[in-house]
Amino acid sequence: MDLLPTVWFVLIAVLWTGYLFLEGFDLGVGMLMKLFARDETERRVLLNTIGPVWDGNEVWLLTAGGATFAAFPLWYASLFSALYVPLVIVLLGLIFRAVAFEYRGKVDDQRWRNRWDWAIAAGSFIAAFGVGAALALTTTGLPLDANGDRVGGPFAWFNGYAVLGGLAVVGFCLMHAAAFLALKTDGEVRRRTGALVVRFLPLGVLPLLAWVLAVQLRDGKPLTWLLVGVAALALVFAWVSGRRSREGFSFLGLGIFLISGAASIFGAVYPKVLPSTLNAQYNLTVQNASSSSYTLGLMSIVACIGVPLVLAYQAWTYWVFRKRISGAHIPAAHAVQPATGRQQG
Amino acid sequence: MEALDIARWQFGITTVYHFLMVPLTIGLGLLVAIMQTLWHRTGKTEYLRMTKFWGKLFLINFIMGVATGIVQEFQFGMAWSEYSRFVGDVFGAPLAMEALLAFFVESTFLGLWIFGWKKLPAAVHLACLWTAVIGSVLSAYFIIVANSWMQHPVGVKMVGGRPRMVDAWAVFTNNTAIVAFSHTVMGALAVAGAFLLGIAWYHLWRRRRDGIDTVGPDGRVIPGEASLPGRDRIDHSVWIRSLRIGAVVAMISFAGTAVTGDLQGKLMFIQQPMKMAAAEAACHDGTSFSVLSIGDPGARNCNDVVAVIEIPGLLSFLANGNFDTDVKGVNTLLPQYQAKYGSALPQNPVYGDRAGQPIQYVPVMAVTYWGFRMMIGFGGLAALAALVALWVTRKGTVPRSAWLMRLAVFGILAPFGANSAGWIFTELGRQPFVVAPNPDPSGVDQVFMFTAAAVSPGVSAGELIFSVVTLGLVYLVLLVVEVKLLFTYVRGGVASAMPELAAPHGPGDGKEHDDVLAFAY
Ligand code: HDD
Ligand code: HEM
Ligand code: HEM
Repeated sequence: MDLLPTVWFVLIAVLWTGYLFLEGFDLGVGMLMKLFARDETERRVLLNTIGPVWDGNEVWLLTAGGATFAAFPLWYASLFSALYVPLVIVLLGLIFRAVAFEYRGKVDDQRWRNRWDWAIAAGSFIAAFGVGAALALTTTGLPLDANGDRVGGPFAWFNGYAVLGGLAVVGFCLMHAAAFLALKTDGEVRRRTGALVVRFLPLGVLPLLAWVLAVQLRDGKPLTWLLVGVAALALVFAWVSGRRSREGFSFLGLGIFLISGAASIFGAVYPKVLPSTLNAQYNLTVQNASSSSYTLGLMSIVACIGVPLVLAYQAWTYWVFRKRISGAHIPAAHAVQPATGRQQG
Repeated sequence: MEALDIARWQFGITTVYHFLMVPLTIGLGLLVAIMQTLWHRTGKTEYLRMTKFWGKLFLINFIMGVATGIVQEFQFGMAWSEYSRFVGDVFGAPLAMEALLAFFVESTFLGLWIFGWKKLPAAVHLACLWTAVIGSVLSAYFIIVANSWMQHPVGVKMVGGRPRMVDAWAVFTNNTAIVAFSHTVMGALAVAGAFLLGIAWYHLWRRRRDGIDTVGPDGRVIPGEASLPGRDRIDHSVWIRSLRIGAVVAMISFAGTAVTGDLQGKLMFIQQPMKMAAAEAACHDGTSFSVLSIGDPGARNCNDVVAVIEIPGLLSFLANGNFDTDVKGVNTLLPQYQAKYGSALPQNPVYGDRAGQPIQYVPVMAVTYWGFRMMIGFGGLAALAALVALWVTRKGTVPRSAWLMRLAVFGILAPFGANSAGWIFTELGRQPFVVAPNPDPSGVDQVFMFTAAAVSPGVSAGELIFSVVTLGLVYLVLLVVEVKLLFTYVRGGVASAMPELAAPHGPGDGKEHDDVLAFAY
């Protein structure tokens, strides 16, 4: 048996987890634009906490997609074509969200800003829900035929796991965002988001916990059950830290919960990468869906150089922008006036 | 329409659209980085203003490139799953590298640049912009390596019916990729050059019309001041410098596209002879390049096309560097292709109902013929206009004519048109193959794929209609929004990107100025 496909399975699990960890809180901040922020200053505080980093976070998604294409082309082809319609909707959400971040402050008009705020909130919700649903179906299976193509029409993928996965990621993003904001802001927003974590954390992470357990009950192994234990401990730690207003620890606890939860899921389904619900013989696995060992070897070298570099400069970015943000840092809105008019005297 | 046609339209629409943003991102990014470097070196205010103003327009455009790029990344798996399965072993690698080695750099360092104006030391801040710009150029390289492999597959061996990468060096140094990359970067600079020229012209014109700048008896400009934010003497210098930079870049980059395009022509002659014939709409072997032909547009039968104006020998020069090599026409090539790759689609389930249909080896000639000429024509027009602009503005400002101003502003569209035409020509000329065969006898044999086999078998026409309609509508709306925003910021002049010019003494609400975020959302 070849080791490289397994290494790449781990790496792709890392990329997806990295995506959920990093973009998790900025998707959540996006949703909180409508659910939490009370006025224009608060909304801009929220936006500016993620302003310098959200695009870099989103590239984790692109890299997860690209790396799946390179390392497991059959997985990439089957998953993305089977989930065609929901992915189109996710793409629309991501498009609107990206454009909204950049454009909302470019015109000093309340209606303009309000529309883009909806785009941010709805786009973030759709992206979080869709990615969650897609990942859940990756672990529980899709109706694929021998060639790896979906049978049963555009919505054949729909089932309870999709909804559960969607809710899991949405709930987690909201909680992680609240913890992140408590850590990154000052004043009123800090106090209120801190309270949000304490109040809603058990509810917010419930669907993710349910997904983790559902996968364990089907495919669990001793090691992955151990990871579930770690996840549960991290959760308690996050909640207790939140109560004591130790914002850093509470953010960290949630992060560890996500990492160990995701690891337990990917670990349990291994060596399957995308099961077929029609026939176990059609399952895509680490071995039968992967690229050649030449390609995987090449990509391993690239990843060994690239991933640490990315982690280093992204960490540096967070360090550069480590200062807490409050309403006092927000400049007045700037109205763009045409530089026109004949010279007045 | 069947699924295949819709999928092709969708890929064409979304990619051509993505490539409206891309060349401006690459070209303008490079120029803004140069402007900031000049500011860093000389400390001159006009360079700071140029950096801020053009940087703002750059960002408005950049974000649309990001938003539409995400669609590109996932589209292969969604609509072209058979293609992804077939080529994944080679094609996925550059795509993944693009994300890991280029997109991360681009997005992270641009974030640092946007928000780091007051947080980072000036030199570090400048380095962040350069790093982001290099990331953009790198991303262009990786994606063109992927695309060039489809034009000219190298470095692979067939194993179990699928190409497997055996020589990464060959894939990443594919001669097709190297020249296409250089050509594309040059094309991107042409876009940025015309963009600077057109907008700077508008502002110089406006300053004259508003009576701020006047012209002395010797025809030289006398820059003036107005009591409007940012409309001082330095403002004049911002625009005249931008205009000159733009014009020079437009001319140099056209020369660059000509040199690299010539190299591409020579490769195409060897690698994709049918594309070459289709670019000429030529039936018979010959040596002349036709400037104008008439005939039934859309004809795939070259006998309907008659060349009206021809330049003898030019086609030979483009293809082979001399004036008397016969370039093969469609009539010669067609039987060769049929003999080599079959005359009908094989009886294979991947072709669905299309199995057994005759293969159409001749691309839509109206598109390839005119696409090729539009690329060169629009590019040449923009370069010529740049030369004229330099001459006309040699005394420091533009004429008062509103028509000339409009021409300069509309001229911005020409290199965009050249870029789109270039890609449409390249991609359509490759048909009916999605992975064109490499005819080099020492090269990779039998590695090719018909577009008809590439589409996702499980995705229905209805799903594709849904996506092409929604994406198309959203793209349309966003294009209107982007253009509107660009207009607003262009009209606002430098003050639109520098609020401090409008209110030089802080926002006046008692907030400590240093504490307020730079460039905040
Ligand atoms: C010659 C250059 C070029 C070409 C042919 C393409 N792109 Fe592109 N792409 C860029 C040059 C570029 C860029 C200059 O790097 C962009 C434009 C704006 C930007 O943000 O980066 C970009 C953005 C961009 C993004 C968003 C990156 C981010 O979030 O920062 C993705 C995912 C893609 N592209 C993917 C693709 C794919 C899959 C293509 C092939 C069909 C493609 N692009 C064609
Ligand atoms: C950005 C510049 C590009 C433009 C404007 C462009 C344009 C097009 C167009 C118009 C088509 C439709 C052709 C047809 O169906 O007849 C097409 C097809 C396609 N192109 Fe490109 N393309 C570009 C870059 C790329 C790149 C970089 C890749 C790969 C990395 C690529 C891969 C494809 C694929 C897979 C198809 C679908 C199959 C097909 O219809 O030929 N293209 N492109
Ligand atoms: C004298 C001038 C030019 C010549 C001889 C030339 C030649 C070519 C050729 C032969 C190709 C096709 C390559 C292939 O498919 O194998 C091409 C593609 C292309 N051209 Fe040009 N070109 C010229 C000017 C321009 C200008 C001015 C622009 C844009 C401003 C431009 C943009 C493009 C683009 C974007 C492509 C498609 C991508 C690629 O294959 O590089 N070209 N050109």
